[in-house]
Amino acid sequence: MILASVITFKLALAAILFVITLGIAAYSTYFERKVAAFMQDRIGPNRAGPLGLLQPIADGVKMIFKEEHRPTGSNRILFILGPSIAMLTALMTSAVIPWSPKFFEIGGQKYALQIADINVGILYIFGVLSLGVYGILIGGWSSNNKYSLLGAVRASSQMISYELAMGLSIIPIILGSESLQMSAIVESQHEVWNIFKYPLGFLIFLICAFAETNRTPFDLPECETELVGGYHTEYTSMKLGFFLFSEYVNMFASSAVISTLFFGGYHFPGMSLLPAGVAVLIGVAVLFAKIIFFIFFFMWIRWTIPRFRYDQLMHLGWQVLMPLAIILVVVYGAIFSFI
Amino acid sequence: MQLTNRSKQVSNKEMTFSERMYLPAIVGGLRVTFSHMLKKGATVQYPEQVREHSDVFRGQHVLKRDAEGRENCTACGLCAVACPAEAITIVAGERQKGEEHLYREEKYAVEYDINMLRCIFCGLCEEACPKDAIYLTDRIVTSNYERSDFIFHKEDLVEKVALEGRIDISKRKKDK
Repeated sequence: MILASVITFKLALAAILFVITLGIAAYSTYFERKVAAFMQDRIGPNRAGPLGLLQPIADGVKMIFKEEHRPTGSNRILFILGPSIAMLTALMTSAVIPWSPKFFEIGGQKYALQIADINVGILYIFGVLSLGVYGILIGGWSSNNKYSLLGAVRASSQMISYELAMGLSIIPIILGSESLQMSAIVESQHEVWNIFKYPLGFLIFLICAFAETNRTPFDLPECETELVGGYHTEYTSMKLGFFLFSEYVNMFASSAVISTLFFGGYHFPGMSLLPAGVAVLIGVAVLFAKIIFFIFFFMWIRWTIPRFRYDQLMHLGWQVLMPLAIILVVVYGAIFSFI
Repeated sequence: MQLTNRSKQVSNKEMTFSERMYLPAIVGGLRVTFSHMLKKGATVQYPEQVREHSDVFRGQHVLKRDAEGRENCTACGLCAVACPAEAITIVAGERQKGEEHLYREEKYAVEYDINMLRCIFCGLCEEACPKDAIYLTDRIVTSNYERSDFIFHKEDLVEKVALEGRIDISKRKKDK
């Protein structure tokens, strides 16, 4: 009986999270266009519905009704698999994010708003993130187009280069919280957020997060000036929509991970002063506010910084961020083992 | 020998450490873009809002009628001659008995076409007209899908007989 209610709770949570993720991703497209417009002294979409709020629906309908096209010589199964994997992995990431402290009591045990509190939460996130490149790689390769292939190759080498620095940059956090579990990492930030303890780690992680989500200034896989459309050159209709949409889902997931690892997750100043129920509610809202801020930050950067050249990208990844991250690991390792 | 003083001395000096870090420059860039978010745009929401025109704005032409609703144009052809873009085509005709309420004088334009793709909206037709018949108005020639739709015929150009259908050109009227 208890097991059944726990499973119902988790399933309901997964369903709600799925809807919220898609909703936020959909409105990120609207938000992105608005932010771009405001930064360029324009107005942005404002015709579909009040303030253009129905624009994502219009875009979605447009995508679905566009002609489906598959290039000759492309691999049919892989061609469909590519965007599917991209979308699947993008949606999987947020499963281990704790959205609230342990508060909801089912059968005498307290549960958090978290789908899976696995004890290797961080490793799971990194695993799923690196799976994401398979979508791009398979999609680009199966298109039978040199531009798509080049985009896919760029994406995979970029992912590999930046994953290393990204993985190293969070080792201080793991050392500090003595756990790989996401909920434990968030709990360890009850007093001080990790950003204040590991500012350099945050910087490296943030830069790598931009590279991992293929956002400007690291959006070389879809570099229009050189590669037409990059890995999705040959994609049309909703398959293209999936690729574009998965980028926004990834952005949401990355923002959630950044907020959780470095900005205290659902913690906010003065949390312990409030009654538990209120604190939980505000905590969830605060976490979403942090996420939305980081989504805005992703866009803010996109409309500010031009794209890197490919050799600059590789230089930054291997010769700057990697050594920095290694130094970081050594220094924090020494601090944690001797003090 | 230096011909102009517009040449600029360029240097290829090594970047300092803070410049090589890029981060201060990026923060500066972020500040610029954010300051633009708070600025008010210059956009005019066109169909709903119309930007104010000058009194002598030269837009789509109108063929005027007189106070009794008769067409002013006598098909003299001076506008077509004056037109530097050769956009105006006129076919003249003689007024028949019983048409006195339609045309002011004995001769009138059976056809009066203006090719809006050729027209440069210079207003010379208006200046050439001795009969107060053609004026440029503040209306904008709208876009179209077909080239043929840009050739405005007489029915597109002549104003309505009813007084409320008349187009006000008093602002453009110079004391001729």
